[in-house]
Amino acid sequence: MSILVNKDTKVICQGFTGSQATLHCSQAIDYGTCIIGGVTPGKGGERHLDLPVFNSAKEAQQELEIDATIIFVPAKFCKDSVQEAIDAEIPLIICITEGIPTLDMMKLKQNADSAGCRIIGPNCPGVITPDQCKLGIMPGYIHKSGKIGIVSRSGTLTYEAVDQTTQAGLGQSSCVGIGGDPIPGSSFIDILQLFEEDSETEGIVMVGEIGGTAEEEAAEFIQSNVSKPVVAYIAGVSAPSGKRMGHAGAIIAGGKGTAEDKFLALEKAGVHTTRSPAKIGEEISKLV
Amino acid sequence: MNIHEYQSKQIFKEYGLPVPNFLTANTTEEVLASAKEISDTNWVVKAQVHAGGRGKAGGVKVTDNLREVEEFADKWINNKLVTYQTDDQGQPVSCILVEECTEIKEEFYLGAVIDRSTRSLAIMASPEGGMDIEKVAEDHPEKIFKVFLKSPSVGTEDHLPLAEGLGLSEEQTIEFKDIFSNLVKLFFEKDLSLVEINPLVLNVSGNLVCLDGKINIDSNALFRQDEILELRDISQEEEKELRASDWDLNYVSLEGNIGCLVNGAGLAMATMDIIKLAGGEPANFLDVGGAVDEKRVAEAFKIILEDENVKAILVNIFGGIVRCDVVAEGIISAVEGVGVDVPVVVRLKGNNSEIAKEMLAKTNLNIIAATELSEAAAKAAEIVK
Repeated sequence: MSILVNKDTKVICQGFTGSQATLHCSQAIDYGTCIIGGVTPGKGGERHLDLPVFNSAKEAQQELEIDATIIFVPAKFCKDSVQEAIDAEIPLIICITEGIPTLDMMKLKQNADSAGCRIIGPNCPGVITPDQCKLGIMPGYIHKSGKIGIVSRSGTLTYEAVDQTTQAGLGQSSCVGIGGDPIPGSSFIDILQLFEEDSETEGIVMVGEIGGTAEEEAAEFIQSNVSKPVVAYIAGVSAPSGKRMGHAGAIIAGGKGTAEDKFLALEKAGVHTTRSPAKIGEEISKLV
Repeated sequence: MNIHEYQSKQIFKEYGLPVPNFLTANTTEEVLASAKEISDTNWVVKAQVHAGGRGKAGGVKVTDNLREVEEFADKWINNKLVTYQTDDQGQPVSCILVEECTEIKEEFYLGAVIDRSTRSLAIMASPEGGMDIEKVAEDHPEKIFKVFLKSPSVGTEDHLPLAEGLGLSEEQTIEFKDIFSNLVKLFFEKDLSLVEINPLVLNVSGNLVCLDGKINIDSNALFRQDEILELRDISQEEEKELRASDWDLNYVSLEGNIGCLVNGAGLAMATMDIIKLAGGEPANFLDVGGAVDEKRVAEAFKIILEDENVKAILVNIFGGIVRCDVVAEGIISAVEGVGVDVPVVVRLKGNNSEIAKEMLAKTNLNIIAATELSEAAAKAAEIVK
């Protein structure tokens, strides 16, 4: 078992023929991911990476049975691509693109919810189930099939947590980057729920950061709904107020969204926390 | 992106939100001429900077004396205004807003912001206007009234909870309804991330007027907001952060003495945190992003080194897709090329990290190689001790 994706997940890529998509899809295919085609408007009928290219997600869906799509379309055009995926009722939409306007995401999230589609991201590294399916920009080789579920708002910091759990010999069931934007398609809670239900996941690592209240909401959820051990780390204890720290969503506004508040909320909910990003693997090892 | 008060008021006007008559001026002569045009008797003059707290810092004056208007202009134009929201240097003033005086009966707060937990637009009002709204939210949360909208379409009664909260009369509520719906329209059409009218006032004639205006625009949406983009005033932005952004580097300067160069925003924050845990103080946040190439690393070193407090630099790169030996090569040439004169602790993790470590150790430059994050932070903290 795993969450969201496995070796049988049939995937298309939107923005397929672009350079980033080409690089990461090639790596995904090498990893064993079941990519069955892609979309680039105007290039329908061609072949790329030895796979069929379609003009739209809808066209692709008429020809193929699709479980998931991974989107690499530039921010300017990304809203249309996500909407296209929703209209084609692709159940899982993984959006890697950074820079989508927040109000567009507000609308897309509503549309996805009413169509019953799940969006992961945007502005995220993607999703991976080790040794089965790699849908994202993460380096595959640091992962190891195992029992820890990882959910994070960050990219490279997720790799850090992955690496530590691999070094600790625990490995990962699945890893999900929910992205660094103010309105993500999926929240910590959505993913925590899936890990709780997944029989293979024995422990969960949650990596949060400053800005918003998603971690506080997750803390409340964990307290009453998650029976598995959770270790949480929040980045940005030393971040100043009012400054955007790289990610669009990583900003302490009006004294709200500090790492300290998030740590306190998580600790109050009985979640194990670590103040050191280097001790994530060590802490979760003690609990599973 | 932030814009000036006068620009916000200009946009308010376009959207039918009531603002006092105003003019802007860039010289003392222009300020005086504008004042004479606006009124014969009394004026409000306001220094235009991208920061709050101007009133307490002397950047706002209400007067019935033209001499004082002149003195105000002389004092602030081409000078810097320091408020509790600026750094010690303050923000440069090049523009003065000259406005007619509004006789105030009551002051309210009206604002709108994206509410992340409900994924909607939160429009907020409070009868405690003119105050620090965050303080009101903390001390008297019952005095803040909120309405949540999921889309730009405003219902005929959506404004009522706020109007009631403000205690408006029937007539004022009709006026408020327009302000409310125009504010929502503005928010969605211009891709705002925040708008605040603090205060929104009731004048002695019983009309509502937006006396101040603050607008933040979603930076991700600037590609489709050409008119807004023209309002950008780079003199208000931190020079180093601005230069960093030209190179697609995310840089934020901090108070400490250990410079940081990291790939990824989350990891960059985590690096700052672990420096602190090791007993050091980070001098900056710097995310070089996904493509760690020599040119951008060199530029990043230059920006970090402009800060005279920096006594050591910690480079933390998680080489995902890129090979660490390639990154190491870039770092070595950048350190050499830029002439970095403080010790550089380098932690490279990922593909070929052992080869990279050897390469770093072999140079006769002041580079200290580390494998683990905590080890790297400890080494950097030790250097500056």
